[in-house]
Amino acid sequence: MVDALENDIRATLADRLPVEFVRTNWNRELELHTTRAALPALMLLLRDTPALDFAQLMDVCGVDWPQRAERFDVVYNLLSLTRNERVRVIVTTDEREPVASVSLLWPTATWFEREAWDMYGITFAGLADLRRILTDYGFEGHPLRKDFPLTGFSEVRYDAEAGRVVYEPVKLTQDFRNFDFLSPWEAMTTLPGDEKVHLNRIEGPEKGSETP
Amino acid sequence: MNEIAWNNQGLGPGAEQDAVVRAVTGEIEDKGFVVASLDKVVNWARTGSLWPMTFGLACCAVPMIHAYMARYDLDRFGIIPRGSPRQSDVMIVAGTLTNKMAPALRKVYDQMSEPRWVISMGSCANGGGYYHYSYSVVRGCDRIVPVDVYVPGCPPTAEALVYGILQLQRKIRRTGTILRG
Repeated sequence: MVDALENDIRATLADRLPVEFVRTNWNRELELHTTRAALPALMLLLRDTPALDFAQLMDVCGVDWPQRAERFDVVYNLLSLTRNERVRVIVTTDEREPVASVSLLWPTATWFEREAWDMYGITFAGLADLRRILTDYGFEGHPLRKDFPLTGFSEVRYDAEAGRVVYEPVKLTQDFRNFDFLSPWEAMTTLPGDEKVHLNRIEGPEKGSETP
Repeated sequence: MNEIAWNNQGLGPGAEQDAVVRAVTGEIEDKGFVVASLDKVVNWARTGSLWPMTFGLACCAVPMIHAYMARYDLDRFGIIPRGSPRQSDVMIVAGTLTNKMAPALRKVYDQMSEPRWVISMGSCANGGGYYHYSYSVVRGCDRIVPVDVYVPGCPPTAEALVYGILQLQRKIRRTGTILRG
């Protein structure tokens, strides 16, 4: 389905940039895995090549993989209106290494990158305005990191004596409880005499197989 | 004179209500005025013109809007949504109150003139609700402002909000207006 797009991108790049092509969603979507160094050139080519014309940046988001050496993915979702096709560009980074900002190519990236900084602590080199965008003023930490505690560190209340809203360390009367919502029928792997249920279970199509 | 019935006695349509109305109109025709206690008149005025500061923070704002619109029509209780805290008597906190919003909510509350009331609408405003354990949500708007009526639900229906407003009216009627307490 995205063969034509992949061929056009390959023709444009002509092996000049280290890009790995990945198909997801059963061959319906195209991902370009690249390096931080190659990102600005790749993005410029994707936007300015007339045959590709990825004029719109729909989203920039982060993904946290704590077990990896470079724990963050930065995911760019691009849309080409003339081709009516989308492509996803993914680079990896960690807490220290900055990713080149694409805010000069797509001005909308300013807010997306601020959000990625706010939620994950991913830094963007060349972003003019690296401020928090969603969390509270003076917030500490990056809440979408996997090692950020759910309840955070501070809470607010109105202090009648001080006459203002004050921040205090979190005090919970009851800790967060994680419930397992599996029913006994799902949680038991195999009931005696019920082995055939595994044979009849319908599995999803294999990843990377042909489009159903 | 006859003791004038107030709407907190909850007379339904019928002979009893007609008798009260006839007594009042008869008194006006006879003397040209009606004698009532100031306390009750003030409470009648307050309950009949509860202008809310609409603080729609999340999805609870939608049932709140339903309550204002033609079907439930809060106008018939004299409830007209205001855009300014200076003109409002009651603040309806409808939705999730976040840490970032809390100082603004308190500021708006402080700008409202006395007497003022607060209705906390929905689970999030009552106690954090679904986001109780979140890092960014206030666990109940009563940590920021004093709340008079809690309307439960996620979100509460428009009827539930109307019922909460009627409960607030009852609470106001109970309160002594001349002598505090």
